[in-house]
Amino acid sequence: MVKALISRFLRADRQADRVVPPSGHTAWLTSFTAGAMTFLTVFALALSLAAGRMADRWSDALARTATVRISAPPEQLDLQTRVVLDVLTTTPGVESARALTDEEQRKLLEPWFGPDLPVEALPIPRLIELTEASEPYDAEGLRQRLSAEAPGAVLDDHTRWRRPLASAAGRLRLLGLVSIALIGGAMAAMITLAANAALAANAQVIEVLRLVGARDSYIARAFVRRFTLRAFGGAQVGALAGMIGIALLPSADAAGGFLTGLGFTGFGWLLPLCLPPLAATVAFLATRRAALAKLRELT
Amino acid sequence: MISRNSTFATAIALNLQPLHGIVRRPLPVYGNQVRQGRKGQAVISFENVAYNYGGGELLSEISLRLAPGSFHFLTGPSGAGKSTFLKLCYAELLPTAGHVTIFDREVRSLSRDEVAHTRRRVGVVHQNCQFLDHLPLASNVTLPLTVSNREVSGQDLGDLLSWVGLRHLADALPPSLSGGERQRAALARAVIVDPEVILADEPTGNLDWEMSLRLLTLLVELNRMGKTIVIATHDMNLIRQAKAQVAARVLRIRNRRVQLAGADL
Repeated sequence: MVKALISRFLRADRQADRVVPPSGHTAWLTSFTAGAMTFLTVFALALSLAAGRMADRWSDALARTATVRISAPPEQLDLQTRVVLDVLTTTPGVESARALTDEEQRKLLEPWFGPDLPVEALPIPRLIELTEASEPYDAEGLRQRLSAEAPGAVLDDHTRWRRPLASAAGRLRLLGLVSIALIGGAMAAMITLAANAALAANAQVIEVLRLVGARDSYIARAFVRRFTLRAFGGAQVGALAGMIGIALLPSADAAGGFLTGLGFTGFGWLLPLCLPPLAATVAFLATRRAALAKLRELT
Repeated sequence: MISRNSTFATAIALNLQPLHGIVRRPLPVYGNQVRQGRKGQAVISFENVAYNYGGGELLSEISLRLAPGSFHFLTGPSGAGKSTFLKLCYAELLPTAGHVTIFDREVRSLSRDEVAHTRRRVGVVHQNCQFLDHLPLASNVTLPLTVSNREVSGQDLGDLLSWVGLRHLADALPPSLSGGERQRAALARAVIVDPEVILADEPTGNLDWEMSLRLLTLLVELNRMGKTIVIATHDMNLIRQAKAQVAARVLRIRNRRVQLAGADL
C-alpha cells in the first residue's frame, strides 16, 4: 500500500511537476536546509542514544553493588568488620562481599587529599563492597540485621547516587529527542518559507493552471513533489555526512569517557538511514499545507 | 491559411471529436442551432447580479440567460465592467449580490474542485493571454488535458494547431510568439477540451484587422459547431463583420447595467 503510494507519487506526478518552471534559489535552499538539518539530527540522535546507554550503564553498575560503611572506635573496627562480613555472607541475594584495602581507600580519597594520605592514621570509616546476586537482597532486612549486630555499620545501596545520575542521563536523552523535534520543526518552517516563496514566484503559473481547470490538489502536487524530492536528496547527503562524522569520532573503548562514547553501536547505525524518509515526510506535509493554504487565498 | 468554407468547418468538427476522446454528447448540429438535450436551458444565467469592487458598484441588477449555441458580443466603454462580467461567467469572481448559475449550478454552491471542473467546460481567451513560458506551445495547448490527466494523440494535436495556423510553431516557446499567434494559441488551448462555452475578452485587442478577422472566423466556426460564444470587445467593426456571418446578439454595459443593443450597430 505504502509502496504503491510512493511509486505513484514518484511516477504519476512527473507530469504535474513539469508545469512548474525550474526554480532557482528555492531548489538549493531546500536541499541545503534538509541536508544541514539532517546532519544535526544525526548528532542529536547520537547524543540521545549515548545518553541512554550511559544511563543504563551507570544505573546497572550502581544497582548491582552496595557499600557498607563502618564507623567505629579503632579498637572495634576490625571486630565489626568481621561481623559485617559474616552477616553479608549469610544474607540471601548477596553474591560476594569484601573489605576495601587501605590502598583502595587511599585511591578513593586521592582526588581530594593527594597521593600521600596516611589512611591508617586517620579515623576514616572502613568500607565493605558487596555485589548483588541475580536475586536481589532485602535491603531493609539487612539494615536491621547490621544495626543489631554491628551498630557502627551503615548500608548504602547507592540509591541516592543512582537516582540523580539516572535522572540526569534521562534528561540528557530527552534533550536529544527534543533537539530532534526542534530540528524537524525548524526544517518544516524553512521548507514552508521556501515553498511559499516558490508559490509567490509562480503566481502566473498558478493563475494559468486555475484558468484551464486544474484542481488545487494537482497544483499543490506539482510543488509538493518537487520539494519532497529535494528534501529527500539533501537529507541523504546530510545523513551520510553525519554518519561519517560520527564514525570519525574517537572510539569509546579507547578513552572511555562520555564524549568519546558519542556514537552508534550495532543496529543503531541504521537509525540515521531513517532520517531521509523522515525529512521527506516533513517536507511533504509542510509543502502540502503551505500550497493548499496559498491556493485557498485565490478565487 | 485557414479556410472558411463549410466543408472545412465540418472537417474541423470531425477532427476535434477524437481530439479529446471524451465527447460526452452527440456531435453538434450545425447551422447555429442548439444541441439536442440542452435546448431551452441556459448554460449561464444571471439573476439580479451586482458586483462591487469595494469602491462602488461596477455592475448591478443584471439578469440574463445565455442559451446554448448562442453568440453574444459584450460591448461598452473601457472600465464599464466587461472583464468583470466575463469573470463572473467562469467563477473567477463571485457576485456581491444576486445569483450566477453556470450549467445549472449556483456558483456560490460550488466547491473549489467543482469550480475547476466547471472551468474545463468553459474556454477562456484573454486579450493578454498567459502561458507557461517554460513549456513549448504544444504543451501549453494541451495543458487543459494535462491537468485533467488526459492525453491527446500527436495527430489530433497537429490538426488542432493546423486549424489555428500554428502547426509550424508547435515547439516554439510562448515568449517568441507574436500577439496574433498568442491569441490563436489561447483559442486552441480553450477549445481542446471541447468546452460548451467560449469566453473571449478583447481577443482582437492587440491584433491588426486581418488577424482579427482570422480569429473571428475561428470563433464563428466554433459557434457553428454548437459552442456558446461570448466576446467582450469595443471593436464595432468586428461586431458588424460578425453579424454578417452569424446571428450574434450584442449586449452593452451602460450605467452598470447590461442592455440589449439596438440597430445602431
